[in-house]
Amino acid sequence: MSRYELRFSGAGGQGLITAGIIMAKAASIYEGKEAVQSQSYGPEARGGASKSEVIISEGPIDYPKVTKCDALLAMTQEACNKYSDDLKEGGILLYDTDLVSKLPEGNYKRVGFNIINTAKNEVGREIVANIVALGAMVALTGQISKENAEKAVLSSVPEAFLELNKKAFNMGYEKALAAQK
Amino acid sequence: MAKKVAFLQGNEAAAQGALYAGCKFFAGYPITPSTEVAEVMSVELPKIGGKFIQMEDEIGAMAALLGGALGGAKALTSTSGPGLSLKQELIGYGCIAEIPCVIINVMRGGPSTGMPTGPSQSDIMSAKWGTHGDHPAICLVPASVQELFEETVRAFNLAEKYRTPVMVMPDEIVGHMRERVVFPEPGELEVIDRAAPTVEPAQYKPYDTSFGDVPPLAAFGSGYKFHVTGLNKLPDGFPTTKAEYVQAEEERQVRKVEGNADDIMKWEEYKCDDAEIIIVAFGSTSRSARFAVDQAREQGIKAGLFRLITFWPFPEKRILELSKKVKAFITPEMNLGMATGVVKAAVEGNAPVLGIFRVDGEPINPGQILDKMKEVK
Amino acid sequence: MAYDYEKFIRPGKLPHIWCPGCGHGIVMKGLIRAIDACGLKKENTAIVSGIGCASRLPGYMDCCTLHTAHGRAAAFATGVKMSRPEMDVILVGGDGDGTAIGGNHFIHACRRNINMTYIILNNKIYGMTGGQFSPATPTGDKASTTPYGNPDPAFDIAKLAIGAGATFVARGTAFHANQIDKLIAEAIQHKGFSVVEILDDCPTTYGRRNKFKSVIEMMNHLKDIAVPVKAAEKMSPEQLKGKVLTGVLYKEDKPEYCEQYAKVIERAQAAK
Repeated sequence: MSRYELRFSGAGGQGLITAGIIMAKAASIYEGKEAVQSQSYGPEARGGASKSEVIISEGPIDYPKVTKCDALLAMTQEACNKYSDDLKEGGILLYDTDLVSKLPEGNYKRVGFNIINTAKNEVGREIVANIVALGAMVALTGQISKENAEKAVLSSVPEAFLELNKKAFNMGYEKALAAQK
Repeated sequence: MAKKVAFLQGNEAAAQGALYAGCKFFAGYPITPSTEVAEVMSVELPKIGGKFIQMEDEIGAMAALLGGALGGAKALTSTSGPGLSLKQELIGYGCIAEIPCVIINVMRGGPSTGMPTGPSQSDIMSAKWGTHGDHPAICLVPASVQELFEETVRAFNLAEKYRTPVMVMPDEIVGHMRERVVFPEPGELEVIDRAAPTVEPAQYKPYDTSFGDVPPLAAFGSGYKFHVTGLNKLPDGFPTTKAEYVQAEEERQVRKVEGNADDIMKWEEYKCDDAEIIIVAFGSTSRSARFAVDQAREQGIKAGLFRLITFWPFPEKRILELSKKVKAFITPEMNLGMATGVVKAAVEGNAPVLGIFRVDGEPINPGQILDKMKEVK
Repeated sequence: MAYDYEKFIRPGKLPHIWCPGCGHGIVMKGLIRAIDACGLKKENTAIVSGIGCASRLPGYMDCCTLHTAHGRAAAFATGVKMSRPEMDVILVGGDGDGTAIGGNHFIHACRRNINMTYIILNNKIYGMTGGQFSPATPTGDKASTTPYGNPDPAFDIAKLAIGAGATFVARGTAFHANQIDKLIAEAIQHKGFSVVEILDDCPTTYGRRNKFKSVIEMMNHLKDIAVPVKAAEKMSPEQLKGKVLTGVLYKEDKPEYCEQYAKVIERAQAAK
């Protein structure tokens, strides 16, 4: 079965829900695969740990939630603690090295770089940290092509911020490839 | 030309389905987790000259909905648990006065405020018995974003065809998850409009059963004068307490739905042909069940899924047929046994019905269903 | 020649259900004369009510009539009006229906200033259920559920309407029968949400519990307490004690709801 399960987690307000939606949209609309996105709602979505889950598959997707996580993004230590339990053996954990210091035990691939700092100082706006993270997840998971993911990003953000988001996406993509070596 | 494709949230797709069906009127009140339906309607309706009104409360929204529908519009409201409870008296009004309208109720945990953002499937009995008195009930329980779009179109069709309120009840997971939606072209899905009167205004009676169990409904302001009441009524719409009329009218109101159940009911049988264990499920839970059925088959367990798309009317005859050849039914649901009771009644003791109940705000996962299958001897 | 009320009455629907001495019939006649004077078309007029004695009124009228659930007339009517802005929409109901169970819909209909006319027949009591106190029952009065005197203060319904944003508010009484049609006609012609409160105390369930010996005495009481707004201007606070102002109490021009929504449609279509 080709089912691939991703979880974007962090603090409410970091834009991770949006990152998950763009990932799923890229797979579903541009890559021609099946994809489902869901998320945790409510008070926890405004501060505290928050998550957005994406399932990508070659065929129809039945259960819409993560069963065994293939790739986890953790943008805070709290999210990392709360959402890493079901990380698959051999799966991927992408994390922000400035915010996550304690990683869970287990046999999986760890990739970290300073995601928020990259957005703030190298792209120029902290607000696009989610897109930096998305670029990194696209690079690490290999579920959708870079080109299709970029199309999904550009069709999801306001016109005035196309260049900014493009830069953020590419920066995240490159940094993740560099960091995993 | 390629069809329009979008990556939509369930609630957004429900609103788009309503627009496809020709909805021109929305009255609502904000409530989690259904508010996105109202938000989309507030954007889209004025663009096509339709009307959106946010009312002062849930009851007012239901009242305005019925008023708008009597004005001739295809009318929609959206709500969730507490709002559904508040709307119930007027849902009964819609049933007895026979006013077509659609209610999208996105199921969250209850009772009372319960768990506003947590998924649940515990309103299905409210859909049938929430309002007092005998009345018809149509309740659709889609399981995907595309199906939520299509079932919302069908809800309008059923409301208009049978002149009665229709409920669409996605659970919170289906209402809030996002999937690809392929928009049908105009004309691709059937769109039904209510039957207009064929008699002159002077001869018109709003409940004239010489036209059958579903008499034509004129619109206020269309040249027809008539009376509408929530009291038991005569064919001309005026109140009566005469036993023979009250009995006949109550029976007709229920019969027009129950007697047409074959037209209304919809379900899907997945790998049921040779199944020894059949999971009866709906909404997001049916997706877990399908996953579990596939896993079970890989392990040599002959499992199948009976997926309800219509909850009311309930396909009890088909369940009874299946009950004669299976070892057991499993009924996973996000409540404490509502569908399980209905299935038990339908199987008439032919097979055990094993429930899996979850009300903690978490979905029922495939593993739980698979474990239950292994309990079947 | 006597005025022909029959032309607006549904054939075969009389006699009405109201008790001898009830003022509701007087109000219905005033409404008929007002509708006639305003030139409203029967098939284009919706008369909407809730539940209660007054709410049976629409059934007698030969128009599009909607007898809704208890308290919900204003909300149903809002839906009808939004759906069919070209219709004339008139609401009729009692004090309990309109300001207790329907209080929320009432104040919000006032606030929206949607172009409808709400005639509140204030008989100070829940008549149909046998005389329980309503939000309009004066403090100290007797009702079937205030056997020791009503502890509740009463609403001033006209003030409530003004405070909530209604742009035309008038008050009359069943005694001043010839004024009712003029107040209702002016209310119908006003663009916006108009409220006409008619005092017509219930003889059966209110009067007999509160020391009114006869209907005539009750009618005379209405006559005694009513003071036209103009006359009140020249009266001292002492002279106005125990009196009730009648006539047009408030009038203002404010944007009407359906017109405001038409602008929403324009903006939405311009942005398309």
